[in-house]
Amino acid sequence: MDNGTIIRTQELTKVYPMGRSSIRALNNVNLTFDRGEFVALVGPSGSGKTTLLNIIGSLDTPTEGGAEVMGRRVETLSHRQAAELRSRHIGFIFQTFNLLPVYTAYENVEFPLLLLKMSAAERKKAVLDALEWVGLADRAKSRPGQLSGGQSQRVAIARAVVKRPGIVLADEPTANLDAENSHMILDTMESLNRNLGTTFIFATHDEKVIRHVRRKITLVDGAVARDEKMKTGGAS
Amino acid sequence: MKIFKLAVRNMLGAGTKTWLNALVLSFSFVAIIWAQSLFKGLDEEASRSLTDIEYGGGQYWVEGYDPLDPFSIQDSHRPVPPPLAELVEGGRAAAILVVQGTLYVDGRTQSILLKGIDPGQRVLTLPSSALAAADHEIPAVIGTRMARNAGLKKGATLTVRWRDVRGTFDARDFVVTEVFETTAASADAGTVWIPLEDLRRMAGAPEEATLVVVEKGYAPAPVVAGWAFKDTEFLLRDIREFIEMKTIGMSIFYVVLMSLAMLAIFNTQVLSIWRRRREIGTMIALGLTRARVIALFTLEGSMLSFLAVLVGAVYGVPLLAWFAVSGWSFPAEQTESFGLALGNTLYPIYSVGLVAGTALLVFLITTVVSFLPTRRIAKLKPTDAIKGKLS
Repeated sequence: MDNGTIIRTQELTKVYPMGRSSIRALNNVNLTFDRGEFVALVGPSGSGKTTLLNIIGSLDTPTEGGAEVMGRRVETLSHRQAAELRSRHIGFIFQTFNLLPVYTAYENVEFPLLLLKMSAAERKKAVLDALEWVGLADRAKSRPGQLSGGQSQRVAIARAVVKRPGIVLADEPTANLDAENSHMILDTMESLNRNLGTTFIFATHDEKVIRHVRRKITLVDGAVARDEKMKTGGAS
Repeated sequence: MKIFKLAVRNMLGAGTKTWLNALVLSFSFVAIIWAQSLFKGLDEEASRSLTDIEYGGGQYWVEGYDPLDPFSIQDSHRPVPPPLAELVEGGRAAAILVVQGTLYVDGRTQSILLKGIDPGQRVLTLPSSALAAADHEIPAVIGTRMARNAGLKKGATLTVRWRDVRGTFDARDFVVTEVFETTAASADAGTVWIPLEDLRRMAGAPEEATLVVVEKGYAPAPVVAGWAFKDTEFLLRDIREFIEMKTIGMSIFYVVLMSLAMLAIFNTQVLSIWRRRREIGTMIALGLTRARVIALFTLEGSMLSFLAVLVGAVYGVPLLAWFAVSGWSFPAEQTESFGLALGNTLYPIYSVGLVAGTALLVFLITTVVSFLPTRRIAKLKPTDAIKGKLS
């Protein structure tokens, strides 16, 4: 893997058995992602965007081919090794925010750090910094039920970036948000991408997201149909 | 890993549900301690009462004497040997002669045991001093059960027939000078206590006795030819076995109580896993292994037992303390239906071992019950769980 390349897929194929037949969600996907990229995976429903994110995130394994993420072959990882890869190097942002409901915003953001060996003081600083980045330092004690959709997604972003991961995988991060909140979220992520050098990969249908990214990969029927550089991306 | 911290957060974050489960579990915890302490109190009460009124520090039995074998009683008498006679004269032992008899009361007959005891003895708490009354022809002391069953009371006259050592039948009237209350049924039911010397004369067995009760703390018991020493362990064995049987029977009650509490916890865990599947998927995505998620859920469940101890302590300590002081009163008819002589008031006895043992039992069972449903987590696909699907 090159110095700048942090993800590489090779002939990546994923087949889901469906009774007697099967669905080929990914078909010989060959892609590379460099450090600091801001990328959108686009395509119709069922094109394999989420499956690709899941395999890169080591939540799923390929049926054939492979994926190398931060120098580790995803298909060879044990549950424990995959969990360690996620806890150290990968942040997730979900369409439905997926905040832990009984925790405060602070505790949600702190959660990934509890899995790492960090002192309480280091954790506190990192959590407050992350909440500051997303503009929610004043809502640290709020529970998810007390936050709006936009605020919840910003807490989820803070949770994804608090450990300074190499990669953030975002599956339809703006799908449940209005236009104003979507822009705010995208600005936040763009700013984090620029300042932290974190690679952001989005699975999205949202044109607003696509307008922000610097690279757009179009998937159709599990295969890469187009891989294009975008001129309108905000980050350098 | 901060699994413990996460478990505390999740448990407390669940709010009312957690406290309700802890409350239900605490009922079992407190009820088991209460019931166990009652049996412990019962054991103590029965042992103390029997040793005070009948067993003393142990008994020398004439060889061949078996209180459970009526045929052995007629011939179970022998002159008190010098070593035991010395103890009796020194006030450190009490000789008792046992003779079978028949009581005539209200036109009916009732088999009884006549037991002769020195009115001046101080070894047993039996009110034998009431046998020293000189106004009456032969004074008799009986227990409340005997009085109730035979319809007798203090001052009543009772006619008794017996057979002396030569096989000759005779009969006499006794006057009840005292009715005493005891939890020791064997000193009460079917027993009439009269002065030892009177019974010796009646039975034609001067200087003889069936058994000799030594004072508490008498040790070591020397070997006496023709007499067998029975220590309190032996004498109390039957009652302890009986209480143990009752305790085992009572364990059904514990099983029912614990089952209810465990059902609540099991149900909560199953629901919790179903309801929190998205949370489980998220935790796995954030870097928790399945094993740690299972450990987290199990820990959350098992920590309910700690909360239950705390909740139970809030109302259980004052409640159990009140019971320890006021005891549990019940009418005599009820105590006899229990199959064991009980005092009118039973005082529970608590111990650190009892509380700690019960807490440990509740903790272990809660942990197992909390763990069982979590095995489902191992089968969850994180990609489905994140979306709230069950796989």
